[in-house]
Amino acid sequence: MSILLNRDTKIIVQGLTGKTGTFHTEQALAYSNTQMVAGVHPKKGGESWTSAGGQSLPIYASVGEAKEATGATASVVYVPPAGAAAAIEEAIDAEIELISCITEGVPVQDMVRVAEKLRNSKSRLVGPNSPGMMTADECKIGIMPGSIFKKGSVGVVSRSGTLTYEAVYQTTVAGLGQTSAIGIGGDPVKGTEFVDVLELFLADDDTKSIIMIGEIGGSAEEEAAQFLADEAKKGRSKPVAGFIAGRTAPPGRTMGHAGAVISGGKGGAEDKIEAMRSAGIVVSDSPAGLGQAMLKAIG
Amino acid sequence: MNIHEYQAKALLRTYGAPVAAGVPITSLDEAEAAINALPGPVWVVKSQIHAGGRGKGKFKELPEDAKGGVRVSFSPEEAMDNIKEMFGNTLVTKQTGPSGKQVNRLYIESGAAIDRELYLSLLVNRETGMTSFVASTEGGMDIETVAEETPDLIHTVDITPSQGCTDQDAAKLADALKLDGTAKTQAVELFKNLYTAFAEKDMSLLEINPLIVTESNDMQVLDAKVSFDNNALFRHSDVQELRDLTEEDEKEIQASKYDLSYIALDGEIGCMVNGAGLAMATMDIIKLYGGEPANFLDVGGGATTEKVTEAFKIITADPNVKGILVNIFGGIMRCDVIAEGVVEAVKQVGLPVPLVVRLEGTKVNEGKKIINESGLNVIAADDLDDAAQKIVKAVKG
Repeated sequence: MSILLNRDTKIIVQGLTGKTGTFHTEQALAYSNTQMVAGVHPKKGGESWTSAGGQSLPIYASVGEAKEATGATASVVYVPPAGAAAAIEEAIDAEIELISCITEGVPVQDMVRVAEKLRNSKSRLVGPNSPGMMTADECKIGIMPGSIFKKGSVGVVSRSGTLTYEAVYQTTVAGLGQTSAIGIGGDPVKGTEFVDVLELFLADDDTKSIIMIGEIGGSAEEEAAQFLADEAKKGRSKPVAGFIAGRTAPPGRTMGHAGAVISGGKGGAEDKIEAMRSAGIVVSDSPAGLGQAMLKAIG
Repeated sequence: MNIHEYQAKALLRTYGAPVAAGVPITSLDEAEAAINALPGPVWVVKSQIHAGGRGKGKFKELPEDAKGGVRVSFSPEEAMDNIKEMFGNTLVTKQTGPSGKQVNRLYIESGAAIDRELYLSLLVNRETGMTSFVASTEGGMDIETVAEETPDLIHTVDITPSQGCTDQDAAKLADALKLDGTAKTQAVELFKNLYTAFAEKDMSLLEINPLIVTESNDMQVLDAKVSFDNNALFRHSDVQELRDLTEEDEKEIQASKYDLSYIALDGEIGCMVNGAGLAMATMDIIKLYGGEPANFLDVGGGATTEKVTEAFKIITADPNVKGILVNIFGGIMRCDVIAEGVVEAVKQVGLPVPLVVRLEGTKVNEGKKIINESGLNVIAADDLDDAAQKIVKAVKG
């Protein structure tokens, strides 16, 4: 088992024909034969795309056509910022179950519009500004490097792309391996929050423990900690380790991610760490101590 | 991107917001004409810098008991005296840091007869995923203090994007602000217009503190702070023209030209990292081992050799930098591209300080090979922990 994606997941690519889409689709095809089944381009329907390794994928003019022809249930969006929201909306309209948006720099007002559409839809969006998601040895959606994964028992959820890789890499080195890793993305308005992913990990039998990587800004980590504490009271719990990036960040400055800004004393690292520790999460002081923190949480 | 108060007011005026008459000046030669253009009897002289707390701020060059960065004047002569005293001097507020900001622009505005001061802002509420109004009857003061001490005096109204700000939404806000009569009628119109401005111009923050009710029960925007979503600037060339480069750090301007996310800090270890989270975490671990980061620098996902070279130049241009840590965990970013950029940069600007490089992820072997074969004096690190320890040791000895 795993969450959200597995070896049966069929994926279409929105923005396949660009440089980024091409490179990462080649990487996905090379990872455990991930089922990348088609590309979408409004002006290139009927053409085909060929990877450097000689694999070919058909291109359809719309998400609806691609879904109809291939039976895909998932989509990955590499479309540049100006068109990313429209691409997500097209996937929602086509009732794609799982939409993963990798694009960084999507205007917030566009995401506000997408979020409303998403609330009354059959789709789950992960991202934007997300590294995507992976299930070890089965399926790769997005841009995470496949080589650092190892099939195992840890569920990884993170707001930061590259810190997701640290968590995966360190749990691999610690000998634990992963079930799935989900990058929820660093933007302030996004499709999936920590709580959504934690719920899925708690329900997944193969996931024995969880790593959660947060950062300064907002209150999603506090809500996640509260959720885990409440679930534990109902007898549902798994060992959880965590880390919060941005302890040393100066207040009032946006640190790269639109999400990472401490404002008015809210969303600071210490408050988040305190909330997580109160919920029984083993929080590592160092980003290099994630694997060890996970081992400690498992006991 | 931030803009000045006078620019924000000019923009809001185009959306029908009631703002006082005012004239911005960028040199003392313009002062007299500005004063004469306004009818009086009250002229308010306001420092235009990208920082809050101007009224309570102090000018570095003036005596301790001199007045602050916003001054009410009751005659043209008094206004002129204030302009001369303020212009070109350095204003220190709680938001500028101790070095302060030079006042190169002043805004001369007609004074208002204030009955009540209110607070109103618009922002994107990340918990609901909607644009929200925040309103309070306690205007003119620090809203964070109000939120902390009297949270029941803060009212929030989320706006459904497909409907925009409705009459009901606006009336709810007006009631929360205890407005009635003409003020309420004007406020309902104002709130709807402010929402339109916010959404159309892709603002990330629109704060009016205070929004006032005048003695004649009219609404007026007395101060305005507007920030825009940098990710949406591509579709607003008019907004881009409002950017004031003199308000920004030179290294940060240089970095933004190359689409690098850079923030200058006070420490001695320069950092080049991919990803905002890992960049913050790298700062954290440097501090954990007793060092101080000199900057935050996220080269982003789509960095080219040219961008990496430029990033390296920006870091080494900081005279405080005693060592550099390059920490890359490649996903979308390829380690070979980073390695080529570092080698190219060192060729161009030399390597005056120790350099620790940690590479992991996509094309890591190719990247390490490029560094190893370059003949550069680079300290290689195995992982993040090793990298942080090595750079702190190299700098501290």
